[in-house]
Amino acid sequence: MALPGVRLFDMNTTITGDSLLIREARADDLAAIIGIDDQVTNIAKPEYWRDMFTQYELNREHRFFLVADEYAKVVGFIIGEVRAWEFGSAPCGWVFAIGVDPARRQSQVASRMLAALCDQFAQAGVTKVRTMTSRQDHVLLSFFRSQGLMAGPYQQLEKDLS
Amino acid sequence: MKLQRATLLGLYAIIELADQPDLQLSRSEIARKFDVSSNHLSKVMRELGKAGLVEAVRGVGGGYRFCGNARRTTLLDIIQIFEDFRFDSPDQREPGMGTEIGKALDLVLGEINESINSTLRSISLATMLMLKNRRQAVPSEQSTGDSSIQSSRPGQLS
Repeated sequence: MALPGVRLFDMNTTITGDSLLIREARADDLAAIIGIDDQVTNIAKPEYWRDMFTQYELNREHRFFLVADEYAKVVGFIIGEVRAWEFGSAPCGWVFAIGVDPARRQSQVASRMLAALCDQFAQAGVTKVRTMTSRQDHVLLSFFRSQGLMAGPYQQLEKDLS
Repeated sequence: MKLQRATLLGLYAIIELADQPDLQLSRSEIARKFDVSSNHLSKVMRELGKAGLVEAVRGVGGGYRFCGNARRTTLLDIIQIFEDFRFDSPDQREPGMGTEIGKALDLVLGEINESINSTLRSISLATMLMLKNRRQAVPSEQSTGDSSIQSSRPGQLS
């Protein structure tokens, strides 16, 4: 049974994985989230994640911070936000962080989290989801491609300031 | 970007076969679907076989069967079977490449190459099947109206 404020993931999937719960992140999940991110990126940034969680708590209307909870162990997280008119873009949902415990890859954890986040975006009234990844990150690119995301109409540009 | 005909046929054939991994399709069935000659397809199927992506099944009802990993095989993998598709900078020995204009042009061409490379590398056969099935599921969308030789199945998420 779901705890108050916790939403059970209920999308039909082709795998067995009933134990996986996608729920809102809580402050006591931060250590696990920081650990997963550290494992994935090899850069520990606890302050960043604490700040991220604080920002999430201040703006729950537009920001979504979900975790994948497997038998009370956090095995993944995803963060998204509804943003409007940045870069001239109509309101849409942005996925700006996703991470899965490397030991739990290839078991649809990320797919389920993304589906749950997209569900939240849809409930918030947006009809499009966007993200940005490094062109070099073929694992992440392949994941988002496998979920149906395609190149969008915007192009990211940059230059060195030195 | 323009792919050679053999490359396109290779992509068509492997995606068609990957869509129905439990079935074998004859060369003529595949050729008919994509409106190409069976002979033309022969060499293509041989190359796909050498790459370990399809296997020939002999005898009555024989044909080709997909035996690769649709989630691990990318469009780039298939393309590189048939053509020398590289993302190198232009040969630095080409006239003008050592000039400032040549170097600036190299930057722009490199940007284009990187984009193509990452796109082709990130799209697996499984993703292609999902895209194809999604197009089939949306009748209002302009599509080629094609259908699988046998039947289509919903795409499987990773």
